[in-house]
Amino acid sequence: MTAPGNPAEKYRFNSPMWRDKGLAARALEEMRALTAQVSGRTGKTVNIMEVCGTHTMAIASSGMRRLFPPGLKMLSGPGCPVCVTSQGDIDSVLALAALPDVTLATFGDMLKVKGSNGLDLNSMREKGADILVVYSPLDALAFARSNPLREVVFAGVGFETTAPLIAASVLRARKEKLKNFSVIAFFKLVPPALKLLLSDPKNNISGFLLPGHVSAIIGVEPYRFVARVHKVPCVITGFEPLDILAGINMLLRQLARGRAEVEDEYYRAVKKAGNPTALKLIAKVFNPVEASWRAIGRVKRSGLGFSPEFAGFDAARRFKIAYREAPEPRGCLCGAILMGRSQPPDCRLFAKACTPSSAVGPCMVSSEGACAAWFKYGG
Amino acid sequence: MCLAVPGKITALEKGNAEVDFSGVKRSVSLDLVPSAKKGDYVLVHAGFAIQLLDSEDARETLKLFKEIYDRSR
Repeated sequence: MTAPGNPAEKYRFNSPMWRDKGLAARALEEMRALTAQVSGRTGKTVNIMEVCGTHTMAIASSGMRRLFPPGLKMLSGPGCPVCVTSQGDIDSVLALAALPDVTLATFGDMLKVKGSNGLDLNSMREKGADILVVYSPLDALAFARSNPLREVVFAGVGFETTAPLIAASVLRARKEKLKNFSVIAFFKLVPPALKLLLSDPKNNISGFLLPGHVSAIIGVEPYRFVARVHKVPCVITGFEPLDILAGINMLLRQLARGRAEVEDEYYRAVKKAGNPTALKLIAKVFNPVEASWRAIGRVKRSGLGFSPEFAGFDAARRFKIAYREAPEPRGCLCGAILMGRSQPPDCRLFAKACTPSSAVGPCMVSSEGACAAWFKYGG
Repeated sequence: MCLAVPGKITALEKGNAEVDFSGVKRSVSLDLVPSAKKGDYVLVHAGFAIQLLDSEDARETLKLFKEIYDRSR
């Protein structure tokens, strides 16, 4: 153990070594050799899907994509929460924001996603809607506490990483008997999304770079079926440049040996059983429900809705918000991009009618969306 | 939006912790990591610690990268 106060101890998780150019260059050399070995044997491109939007952004912003060998193709998966939220669910959030007594609390990534009526939360705010951008659901709770005459509704969009925070906030609200706090729950689950991707016989995914922070909650076991049933290798990966390079090389090594396993590169944060406290909270407050995915449709048990015990916190029920399917924005390829079937430049709107400052689809709106990452940093 | 940042717990305050992110200090909920103690490293997502970080595991990972990829060795 390093002594406390030692600089090495202090900067271990932020050490510049995670971003060391010399080590990265060697990792890229290994990647080139492994890719040649794998694609030389199969005669095909190696397609690795980074499931998580935070990985998409880390890959783009570090500039590593253009250093990857030509035989390796990175596909962005359905891991940007705003991008996978269906048009109908976005419309429900906007309908809540339009109610006169409601303050809609949201993370900032939802502000510019357009509803079917062409409006987004930003433009609704200009028309007088009360939108509260928060860093944490606890900020929304604090607002509800100090504004008892406002109905505070939290826009619950996210994956297994975010769901336990909302569950903990709901428990706090119940404990405090806060009557004016509720959540519109559109949480999505990652393993069912992987199952859906793999059920498409036309999928060409060679391996999955799995999301580090979702895995910090759910652990390693829920992914086993990907390797066992579908024979697709997986590596749970961290977010530093060397984490990502090492994660890709671990996948390539599995492919080179003809193996399919779930490996954990990010074991400093991801334990085999995940975070049992968080999982218990999710199971207490929520139940698995059918959820609606953008461009994919409704998928059984792929989302989280309130359990009967906590149904009183369900904003959809409290404000009688009925779900209606709504069409995708015209010409937008976001759905195909989320499924790994297309890349942003394949869309005829990309960088022409659809840019971050005037986005048509959510993959360009969200900073974690594949289109936004390609637009900002190139392919 | 599953962004999470590592930080070090510098003080405990009834269910919450003061966490130091390389000099910036914030109050963080420990609802999901009730066993966390002063001096522990935690991964923080949207105001909540979501997992304890293992310092030794981080050291081991870096050591491994160095062993595999350091040309000067």
